[in-house]
Amino acid sequence: MPATFTRNPVDVERKDTGIGGKPPYDRRPTGGGGDGENWDNHPHGRRGPRELLIRYRLGVMFALSGDLMFFVALVSAFFVRQSAGHFDAYNNFTSDWRPLAVPPILWLNTAVLLLSSVTMEMARRQLFHEIDVMEEWLGLGRPAVKRAAPWLAATLVLGLTFLAGQWVAWEQLVRQGYLLSSPDPSSHFFYLITGIHGLHLLLGIAALIAALVGLFTLKKVEFRQIAVDSVSWYWHTMGLFWAFLFALLVFFQ
Amino acid sequence: MKRALGRVFTTEHRRLGVMYLLLALAAVAVGTTLSLLMRFHRVWPNAVLPYFGVMKPEDYLALVTMHGTLMIFFVLTTAPQSGFANLVLPEQIGAKGMAFPRINATAFWLTVAAFLVLISAAHITAGGAPISGWTSYPPLSALPAAGPGQGLGMDLWLVSIGIFCVAAWLSAVNMLATILGERRAGMTWGRLPMTVWAWLVASILTLLAFAVLLAAVVLLFSDRHFGSSFFIPMNDMIDGRVVGHGDGSPLLWLHLFWFFGHPEVYIAVLPGMGLATSLFANFTRRRVAGYKMMAGMLVAIGLLGLAVWGHHMFVSGMNPYAGTAFAMVTMAIAVPSTVEVIGWLATLWGGGLRLQTPMLFALGFLSFFIVGGLSGPLLAEPALDAYLHNTFFVVAHFHLIMAMAGVFGVFAGVYYWFPLMTGRLMNEALGKVHFWVSLIAAYGTFLPMHFAGLAGEPRHYDRLAGPATNFAALIPVERGITYSALLLAAVQLVFLWNVFVSARRGRVAGENPWQSTTLEWANGTAPTRIEAGPYEYELPQGEGGFHPQWESAPKLE
Ligand code: HEM
Ligand SMILES: [Cu+2]
Repeated sequence: MPATFTRNPVDVERKDTGIGGKPPYDRRPTGGGGDGENWDNHPHGRRGPRELLIRYRLGVMFALSGDLMFFVALVSAFFVRQSAGHFDAYNNFTSDWRPLAVPPILWLNTAVLLLSSVTMEMARRQLFHEIDVMEEWLGLGRPAVKRAAPWLAATLVLGLTFLAGQWVAWEQLVRQGYLLSSPDPSSHFFYLITGIHGLHLLLGIAALIAALVGLFTLKKVEFRQIAVDSVSWYWHTMGLFWAFLFALLVFFQ
Repeated sequence: MKRALGRVFTTEHRRLGVMYLLLALAAVAVGTTLSLLMRFHRVWPNAVLPYFGVMKPEDYLALVTMHGTLMIFFVLTTAPQSGFANLVLPEQIGAKGMAFPRINATAFWLTVAAFLVLISAAHITAGGAPISGWTSYPPLSALPAAGPGQGLGMDLWLVSIGIFCVAAWLSAVNMLATILGERRAGMTWGRLPMTVWAWLVASILTLLAFAVLLAAVVLLFSDRHFGSSFFIPMNDMIDGRVVGHGDGSPLLWLHLFWFFGHPEVYIAVLPGMGLATSLFANFTRRRVAGYKMMAGMLVAIGLLGLAVWGHHMFVSGMNPYAGTAFAMVTMAIAVPSTVEVIGWLATLWGGGLRLQTPMLFALGFLSFFIVGGLSGPLLAEPALDAYLHNTFFVVAHFHLIMAMAGVFGVFAGVYYWFPLMTGRLMNEALGKVHFWVSLIAAYGTFLPMHFAGLAGEPRHYDRLAGPATNFAALIPVERGITYSALLLAAVQLVFLWNVFVSARRGRVAGENPWQSTTLEWANGTAPTRIEAGPYEYELPQGEGGFHPQWESAPKLE
């Protein structure tokens, strides 16, 4: 009996069960197996546990990079519009831009949103906790789901709180007489930026709910991981975008 | 019934590819008809036409607008990029399918929706069709009162383009995730067919550019309906009445629009460049000269293309120093473009050309790319552009390099990949007639426009002779252009005939009719690991030897 042997690829194929025949936990970088097996040589759908996850991550990342350009366009419009003006009857350059004092509740909202990113990350990590994942994969219960669900729910609550807070901020502005249709460009930008970001968060909330439902209904560990993982990258990005947009609205008026 | 629905609402990428091509065909048919009406009107401005009666200036502008929008968005963005990529991209990289088939199908149906909204914009009687051109410059496009067609027509235009942006975005996400994540083992960057490189770069541009266009469309919509003033300047007047109420900046729209607009023209032409590279290698039975360089230059063109938008704005009142900077970056983009051309010529040089129809159209593509490209650096010179901007010289430039090169690229693709769609080859004789007449008529149509432009003939004017404009001397040239355009359109009927007849009764293609090396011809026999490069044609074992990518253990890498 030789001490080492190279597995016949046919063997590997036969043993493949569903998700690559490997638990959805990737230990490739540290595993010192050295059995000469390279998952990249496998056909599609069998290149190891993370293949699908990586596909979804790529998709989310590309979608978000387009979204980033969208916001970059809005922000550059903000700066261009801010510096625009005209010459009046006395040949003085004047501009209609009046800085807007953002409602202070925005600080609170921002804190809430950043906190929600923390809870989201906690939820995500639960699903990649190796021991729990193994247990779920072997069918010995659902410890990861049990631990992730509360964090996910917390994120949902915080997200809704943020949106409610934004709504309050809008109401305060309206009471001060700033409407979308009032002549102030700074208030147009405020409504537009917070509105579009809010729409993104609404989409995120829908995705969070879907992930929460999926946590209990999806049959495969891998799919549960993907659901939470995709939502979480989206959510973090929206948090990050907000941090920048908030800084723009507060400090660059 | 259910099966029919299943066939239509499919997520199968090949079928989606064909559906994209059919959508583009519908759009190109409408767009061409509109352009013929314009040509007719320029030469016989007082003729009584069926639907229009005597054409009013706003009718002419509506034709220009619908023609440009249909051709640029619904023909040259859909067919080369989404159409062909859906047809062959997954096979070419050895993937099982697209990364996100459902997102991909959604993108298609959104594109259809955008198309329908746009067509409906043309038929809304109240206020008429949009008239602002495919660029829709404010402040006119921002004010419903600014003219006929600036009401509901313009709104529908914006909605249509907004939907199109979302569709393009989804489609690009799917393409990029597919190219990056779904390649078969061994399908390294150096083994990708050049078409895949082109689709990769075009998808990146789509992702970045259409996001910015979407933002611009949202801002413009807000100006029209929510009382904001992003683009409407102070004291803007319509009919002697002041309507501007803020210091909005029309220049801002130009920046946002052209940040999209220039990458967009490359989105239209890059797939053709990739395909031409493949075809030159195939029909000369040689390797691509400087594969790495060619791929790298495609990427360079894409990157530089993101930084040249200001060359559309030299006379807009933009800071002249910015104009100089944009002029220099624009000249710089001529460098990778030239490298591409030299690479193609090097591939062709001394290789026995097999002049079958796909190859003819690829050569036609090359000729338009060169001739149209030559006028680019002239226009990129701010001083020259001050005269040439908004003349027919620009129309000549972009119809040769984008419209004709793009369409010839699409034809090359249709003739080449037709066996994959139908199992049959298209008729060669008809194909040759189609090619030669199209080539001559295309030059006959667009070359004289250079002279009209040099003589100062402006774009977007509905008549040449009259109290306001007098270019009566140009009318003979115009007449020649119109005849040539009619011929160009007429010969496309030969193409349509060829498609329909060949699809049923064409010569059966068999496997790999062009003796290609790339994987879309593997017919499902590709191994799990790719071991060959994409263009292994010159093999030592003699004439015509080639090594397809689906065979293992190549002699050469
Ligand atoms: C050597 C490379 C090129 C250079 C230097 C160049 C330069 C220019 C310049 C300066 C203009 C603006 C002219 C004006 O409006 O006054 C222009 C317009 C245009 N170019 Fe190019 N170009 C190049 C290649 C291309 C390519 C490859 C395409 C498309 C595939 C293209 C499509 C267009 C279009 C569509 C317009 C007109 C847009 C409009 O006003 O409606 N160009 N080009
Ligand atoms: Cu350009």
